[in-house]
Amino acid sequence: MAISLEGDVPSDSVASPPSTFDISWDRTFRGLTRFFSWMTIFLVLYILYEIAGKAFPAVQEFGLSFVTGTTWDANRGEFGVFPEIWGTLYSSLLALAIGGFFGISIAIFLTQDFLPPRLELVFKNIVELLAAIPSVVYGLWGIYVVIPAMRPTANWVHEHLGWIPFFKTSLSGPGMLPAALVLSIMVLPTISAVSRDALSSVPHKLKEAAFGLGATRWEAILGVILPTSATGIFGALVLGFGRALGETMALAMLVGNSNQVSLSLFSPANTLAALLANNFPEAGQQEEGVLMYAALILMAITLLVNLVGTAIMNRASSHLSGEVK
Amino acid sequence: MEQGEITAFIGPSGCGKSTALRCLNRMNDLVRGFRFDGHVHFRGKDIYHRSVDPVAVRRYIGMVFQQPNPFAMSIYNNVAFGLRLNRVKDDIPERVERALRGAALWDEVKDKLKNSGLSLSGGQQQRLCIARAIATEPTVLLMDEPCSALDPIATRRIEELMTELKEKYTIAVVTHNLQQAQRVADKTAFMYVDTTQGGRTGYLVEYEDTNRLFQDPKEEFTKQYIRGEFS
Repeated sequence: MAISLEGDVPSDSVASPPSTFDISWDRTFRGLTRFFSWMTIFLVLYILYEIAGKAFPAVQEFGLSFVTGTTWDANRGEFGVFPEIWGTLYSSLLALAIGGFFGISIAIFLTQDFLPPRLELVFKNIVELLAAIPSVVYGLWGIYVVIPAMRPTANWVHEHLGWIPFFKTSLSGPGMLPAALVLSIMVLPTISAVSRDALSSVPHKLKEAAFGLGATRWEAILGVILPTSATGIFGALVLGFGRALGETMALAMLVGNSNQVSLSLFSPANTLAALLANNFPEAGQQEEGVLMYAALILMAITLLVNLVGTAIMNRASSHLSGEVK
Repeated sequence: MEQGEITAFIGPSGCGKSTALRCLNRMNDLVRGFRFDGHVHFRGKDIYHRSVDPVAVRRYIGMVFQQPNPFAMSIYNNVAFGLRLNRVKDDIPERVERALRGAALWDEVKDKLKNSGLSLSGGQQQRLCIARAIATEPTVLLMDEPCSALDPIATRRIEELMTELKEKYTIAVVTHNLQQAQRVADKTAFMYVDTTQGGRTGYLVEYEDTNRLFQDPKEEFTKQYIRGEFS
């Protein structure tokens, strides 16, 4: 029981301690938020547990050879996802490089007074609309527009520069580059929106400081504004990368679903997410476990990317704010 | 404004002291909707002439702001920033040290030049900003209420520093602290804001040697203001 303060206040004061209702409502509210927070954590753990449980027989049977194997043949019971791991990382990194470059450029363009505020808003909304396009539509657009448009150039490059490993094969249809290109458009809104927030949260006084020292606009952007928002922009890239790793539909339609490990940008390939999407309808009991194993690997990769990303961001931001030496 | 002197701008809030000061190195060019009429002459040239690059103006006329605003980088790099902008290649460490000594900060930071500029206290950050501004040895230093975010001890240090710096730099300072103007400035400009015509129009009331302005102001307005009858 709290100590009553009532006697100590002047008689005409309207101050009163919180009522029992206030207190119990406060407790209920706190209890509810705690319950839902724990539920979220529990849900993640439960999904992990279920998938790991279903994957367990396959993990036991194939072990590490599943990660290093390169064939996927349900009839002969041979399963390996090395090409898919490779394809997932390769396509996502390509998409990150392209989408990151354009996403950050757009973010700079939209935050550094290059446009009147109203146009800035219009452009921002257009870029964010890209995120509203369903991924299957991106897939269709990729198949019927991007690939045909790319083929002549791609094949010309292959003919003339075929000795470079990136252009070693010709583009006969679906393949790594169209997939990565469409993927980069899909991660672009995420990267540009988060980078935009990071860039516009750079305090105005820092910009003034840079300009006050006689910096040109580019010197201010490259020397002060980008380094100051580096943590946030890195976060944008991590988010974009995470999105690219897990993207399924467009890739299943565009990547070619072929178990190959190739540096060539024009060669068909496969990704973990596309593998899962393509194989679950006809999976027998054994293959189901194997697919769960592949799903587990995909989850491990995205989890790792997020953890490492967060760790780097924490270190960088504490360094910037001067908390740690 | 005379070379090697400190000129102070005083006046009530909103009378345009800061705006006037920021006109002197074309900082206001960054403000949307800003328009400038008139002339500011520096070394006999009009800095608002069409052929003059505002970026070049700011390299000769440095600025210290109201809020300490060090960059989120090391103390050393903060000071070296302006040097790099000016493509200075030689003696960067020596120049950084000289600037930090000039800003009376060297002894406090010499062992931690790699630490973030943001790890310093407010007063130290402001002196770091002064060091950053004087590292390239500009001719003029504009200071926009440099002490308003600082405690009295830090304020006193900055004021001492200003009197030292005027040996080398011409300083213009905006302050709403009348005692500060009296302590540091050789000349003082008193500005006031006219609201009688609807909008807010700031104008210069009186510009005099500091002693004369405070002891024997010509204008009635000035007299009332320094007596504290309005603010």
